[in-house]
Amino acid sequence: MTSLLRRSGLGRLNASLVLGGTLVTLVALAALVSIVWTPYPPMRVLSGVGNFDPPSGSHWFGIGFRRDIFSQVIAGAQTTLLVGVVAVGLAALVGVPLGLVAAMGPRWLSELVMRTSDLVLAFPALLLAIMLAAIYGQGRVVAMVAIGIASIPTFARVTRSGSLAVLASDFVLAARAAGRGPLGIAVRHVLPNIAGLLIVQASVAFALAILAEAALAYLGLGTPPDTPSWGRMLLEATPVLHRAPHLAIFPGLAIAISVLGFNLLGDGLRDRLDPKLLERS
Amino acid sequence: MTTDQPGRPALQVRDLSVTTRSGTHLLSDLTFAIADGERVGLIGESGSGKSLTALAVMGLLSESLTATGGIRVSGHERNLIGEREGALSRLRGTTMAMVFQEPMTALNPTMRVGQQVAEVLTIHRRARGAQARERAVALLDQVGLPEPAETAHAFPHQLSGGQRQRVVIAMALANDPALLVCDEPTTALDVTVQDKVLGLIVDGVEARDAALLFITHDLAVVSRVCERVLVMYGGRIVESGPVGQVFAAPRHHYTAGLVAASALTGPRGGLSAIPGTVPSAGRFPTGCVFRTRCAAATSECEIQPRWDAAGAQGWACHHPIGAS
Repeated sequence: MTSLLRRSGLGRLNASLVLGGTLVTLVALAALVSIVWTPYPPMRVLSGVGNFDPPSGSHWFGIGFRRDIFSQVIAGAQTTLLVGVVAVGLAALVGVPLGLVAAMGPRWLSELVMRTSDLVLAFPALLLAIMLAAIYGQGRVVAMVAIGIASIPTFARVTRSGSLAVLASDFVLAARAAGRGPLGIAVRHVLPNIAGLLIVQASVAFALAILAEAALAYLGLGTPPDTPSWGRMLLEATPVLHRAPHLAIFPGLAIAISVLGFNLLGDGLRDRLDPKLLERS
Repeated sequence: MTTDQPGRPALQVRDLSVTTRSGTHLLSDLTFAIADGERVGLIGESGSGKSLTALAVMGLLSESLTATGGIRVSGHERNLIGEREGALSRLRGTTMAMVFQEPMTALNPTMRVGQQVAEVLTIHRRARGAQARERAVALLDQVGLPEPAETAHAFPHQLSGGQRQRVVIAMALANDPALLVCDEPTTALDVTVQDKVLGLIVDGVEARDAALLFITHDLAVVSRVCERVLVMYGGRIVESGPVGQVFAAPRHHYTAGLVAASALTGPRGGLSAIPGTVPSAGRFPTGCVFRTRCAAATSECEIQPRWDAAGAQGWACHHPIGAS
């Protein structure tokens, strides 16, 4: 694969970056297209079709409970991406400042942040979502928040370890010698130098969020029934799996492809961005 | 102790000691002053405490170290030791500035160099926006970078070591500091570039009538740059005085050893070295810190020697060279 890409002139972009980028673009494109157009309204019960018609020319992924599966799958990409963006955004928005505080703050504060993050890390996201659902009722927001909270610790850890490396560098000492305060050092010197690290982390966290969303929806804790969602489609397919496997295959493939896409993208970006921006100077 | 300058010196250090948490003394009772426009060298082997002295003056000591004594800079009433971090931040980059040893890592790799110079101005609200950028280009021009307007747009990795050190010097001089601290600024540079950078530093402080504390282990560099020299060993100043006088007629045996080691031909025609190695921190002997490596040491040296002075030259030795 790599040699093929190299011969085709894409050698400098590594294979995982290209493949991951393509898959992620595909998912994003599906989500965008489904906003303005789907072959059939995804959640409408169609007339003139069987309950579980197999894939055909007019219904590419077949029919499930008289609904068009292809329309549901591409509309489901919206849910997946929305949950991913919100969950990862929340995790980054909270986790990155916490990691910075842990790296730059006094020792006790750093200990507090890191031990708390250990605690959250030890707590499964699913359990958290079940708890939150029990308190606030099930729904997409609860799922997003639960996944987001569960991803905060990894962001805090990655930010902290990256920041510690940058803080030990000469240019931070020089910046302090020039009168830069801690906030200025965090924003102007530390963050730009760990941006690559964080982008990689976001990509990997995104893949995890997609999986978690599907799992939550499968348990009936995420997306409500009137919204297309891959996890929920799997849930609905379970009782009829032996009769109509295509109900599970297509949403399953969609989950696999998007998770693979984001993981590959993360790997590719790691190779591109991570090998120490600092050392390249 | 060391000759104090009349009036209020740019930098006044009195009985500065730095200790670790476990009580190890890294610096002991440093006392010296640098007048406006005076250029003072700080020499000694690695591990003598030179860089630590610089960091202590800048208030940049690691939190695990404790400093006691007095550090005063002109234009600030209070002792810098124990001063709030906010007040120190305002002094750093304005009243006092520092140039570090390693130009390759002293600049932020993700920021254009012009922006980094401009930032030193904007942090202290000396200039803003387009004005700061213009000043930055002017400063880059002053330190002799070719095509300063274009260089300002370069990232650090696009510049050579010498060019980067020029940028670092431009940053240090940006706000016309009263005190410039240079920690081995030319050690990492080519010999041919070294002299130009040294000239730049001397011109820069002369134009601003700034005081210069210049750390190096290269005696040739000290004689090129400085008027006065402080010789450090084991976290103490063992000798001080005008550069010519101290190097021509050292009184402390350590200084004599340094001078002999720097001369290309030693007494027997080869390179001469000071016997033994610098002990690690906390393992220096009591009394005279140099006595374990000193040929002239006697039992008397187990007592900390008094500071003697003759004219502008001072030393701490029980058996100074040239005494009967």
